[in-house]
Amino acid sequence: MARVVLVGNLAQLTGGVAELDLPATSVKHLFALLRERYPDIGPHLEEGIAVAIDGQIYQDSLLEPIEPASEVFLLPQIAGG
Amino acid sequence: MAETNGTTNGAVLDIPQTYVGTRTVRPDGVDKVTGRARFAADFNLPGQLVGRVLRSPHPHARIISIDTSKAQALPGVKAVITRDDFADQASELIPAGEMMMNYRDVVRNVMAREKVLYEGHAVAAVAATSVAVAKKALKLIDVKYEVLPHVIDVVEAMNPSAPVLHPDLFTAGVEPKPDKASNVAKRIEIAIGDIEAGFGKADVIVEREFNTAPVHQGYIEPHAALATVSEDGTAEVWVTTQGHFIVRAHCARLLGMDISKIRVTASEIGGGFGGKTVVYLEPLAVALSRKAKRPVKMVMSREEVFKASGPTSGANIRVKLGASKDGKFVAGYAELRYQAGAFPGSPVQPGVFCAFAPYDMENVKVVGYDVVSNRPKVAAYRAPGAPISEFAVESVVDEIAKKLDIDPVELRLQNAAREGTKAAYGPKFGPIGLTETLHAVEKTNHYTTPLQPWQGRGVASGFWFNIGGETCASLTVNEDGTVSLVAGTPDIGGLRASLAAVAADELGVPYEKVRPIIGDTGSIGFNFLTGGSRSCFSGAMAIVEAAKEIKADLCRRAAKLWDCKPEDVEFSHGAVRAKGAAAGKHTPMTVADCAKVAGKTGGPIGGTGRINAQGAGPSFGTHLVDVEVDPETGRVTILRYTVAQDAGRAIHPSYVEGQFQGGAVQGIGWALNEEYIYGKDGKLQNAGFLDYRMPVASDLPMIDAILVEVPNPRHPYGVRGVGETPIVPPMAAIANAIEQATGVRFTELPMSPPKVLKALRERGLNTREALRSGNGKNGHGKNGH
Repeated sequence: MARVVLVGNLAQLTGGVAELDLPATSVKHLFALLRERYPDIGPHLEEGIAVAIDGQIYQDSLLEPIEPASEVFLLPQIAGG
Repeated sequence: MAETNGTTNGAVLDIPQTYVGTRTVRPDGVDKVTGRARFAADFNLPGQLVGRVLRSPHPHARIISIDTSKAQALPGVKAVITRDDFADQASELIPAGEMMMNYRDVVRNVMAREKVLYEGHAVAAVAATSVAVAKKALKLIDVKYEVLPHVIDVVEAMNPSAPVLHPDLFTAGVEPKPDKASNVAKRIEIAIGDIEAGFGKADVIVEREFNTAPVHQGYIEPHAALATVSEDGTAEVWVTTQGHFIVRAHCARLLGMDISKIRVTASEIGGGFGGKTVVYLEPLAVALSRKAKRPVKMVMSREEVFKASGPTSGANIRVKLGASKDGKFVAGYAELRYQAGAFPGSPVQPGVFCAFAPYDMENVKVVGYDVVSNRPKVAAYRAPGAPISEFAVESVVDEIAKKLDIDPVELRLQNAAREGTKAAYGPKFGPIGLTETLHAVEKTNHYTTPLQPWQGRGVASGFWFNIGGETCASLTVNEDGTVSLVAGTPDIGGLRASLAAVAADELGVPYEKVRPIIGDTGSIGFNFLTGGSRSCFSGAMAIVEAAKEIKADLCRRAAKLWDCKPEDVEFSHGAVRAKGAAAGKHTPMTVADCAKVAGKTGGPIGGTGRINAQGAGPSFGTHLVDVEVDPETGRVTILRYTVAQDAGRAIHPSYVEGQFQGGAVQGIGWALNEEYIYGKDGKLQNAGFLDYRMPVASDLPMIDAILVEVPNPRHPYGVRGVGETPIVPPMAAIANAIEQATGVRFTELPMSPPKVLKALRERGLNTREALRSGNGKNGHGKNGH
């Protein structure tokens, strides 16, 4: 299962759970699993979340695959000037 | 159609690179030096009207009423708009440069509704037949205000007794949810390890408080827009912007129009730096034109640019850094308080992420506060948020180096993030070039040149993430074999030259035969804006995809012409070639050869890349600066400046160097002179370039640029974004240099002559005796440190 880490304030939406293991196979699947477990996080997943999979940050990329041994971080989207 | 899901894991391409990496002639150069280039204010249409905005004289007031009847009755006035012309918007977050912005706030920022929240906030707008009539009309608009107490400073705005801007704003990110509204929109926190345990292991700890002033992006070209709305409801807009697709989306949303009915053309842009990622005049011009049924042109004055368009945050920062006696950073803590301006959404989030990003540290905690106050809503400004937090951290790093008597570059090298380092914000870094930039400055002659009294040398490093995003670009092979290139992200830093070089190399055609343009929103698919150092990174990926489509098509056509199997044809070294069983039987066909027979082999030749580019590689940089402090005036002169930054691969080295130099210069201004100065009345006192002092060429030495190239393995050419990182290190590098020159640690920006002089006087450093003896601190010892 992938190791999933919620960065920053996101853990406030999971009752303080900041790290968990999930059988996610893609970003889309990861979001679905998180919504299922923690309904409060749902709207925030729609509001600009970046997903770092094994060190590489993806934004707005629901189909990105996640491997069972992946380390995944959820963090706010990043843009710039 | 070539499409990818952005997962292309490209290695550096194995194709001849004739133009990539060279200093090709810029395609926009001749028009710019001859004055032919059209900036937004250069566009005109028959019958156009002049649009002008009535702005609030108060920093904070409730709008009791707006009476436009006298203005509307004035001959020559064709339309007047107020809040009543914009439907209220539901709360919905949208990307806006570096941060998310709420449409409910956007509609209130372009035209005040219940309250005005800063001096210069738009209250009404008119379209008239002349400037004189428009100005007269503005005076005839009667706005009744209930003036409210205001607050500007970020720390004061956080005080529970401060005037509250939004009665429905409750701090997010704290538990339990507050029951009282405040100006603190959000609290955010990241943490790794155990900072208490980490500080417990520290042999040396430095803790300091810093303050930075709000500064403007300072683009030379003011905001401007020309809009025309037809009787059938379709609209055309010409505008200076970093994202014409974003302008289209915002106008459609705010004015209830279909996106397909709005066509936006991005003009040449006279600077943006993040400040042109949002809308101000554009929806007003469209609304006025729709009402007047004539074209409406609006151009901000410089005063309006300062008062009503987004600067970046002023901030208050507290940083604590601990290190072992051998120089290993063992714990870092920072608190960041950033002004958001009138509406929530400062760049404090990236500030939090970036604060300690250059370093490999086990114990880090950073807390950030997003705070509203009675200033214009902040907009993105190059690496938004990062220059502020990294100024504070890099200043403290320098103090640690001094306390431990370790060379500042060596200390940074000892702690530098490398491939595999886990960033404080979570993920591990891939291949990055921070240590290479440190070694690069260490090797310069600059680093070892002796210093004189009252001179100092400073070093600082910086980091920015960089992004990709939705991008569309097309290539069309013309009948004569030349190539038309259409990109959809405004060219603010050499995009056209860079993409033309990529296209030329991909297709094996001469660079001069590729004509790149920035297409309007009707001529190419959606593009996210130019920002996040993304346009060359993403655009090159899209061009590679477009070229792939063309090459595959040419191979198919050649196979049919040559009556051979498709697998016996390949595109290599600029031509379609027979291989395998067909090898040697057919004369290779260049793109120009293929173009000659295009009509007979299937019609026009072209390709389009449509991607959501992923795989952006972070860029690290290190800056080295020598300053001289005049103890009699407090003036700081930049004597010498060197930038070393990892570009991944410099598609066009001159433009990349230009980004390094431009970022450094803007940082120099931020460090030494630039600031928004408010009176007690909450009004901006220096809304012009005479009083808001930006560096000019005569203030500066040539900025030396060192290109470090650690290829980004996720990009076909190894590219990393380069536009943002160079503004991150200058403030700390200069503060560190001034400290060495004077012995005074400055913790407040700007380090302007009055502040420097005051500090020297307080320490008795500019007495006659001290001046006579040249008793400023100075560069002594190895490398001046």
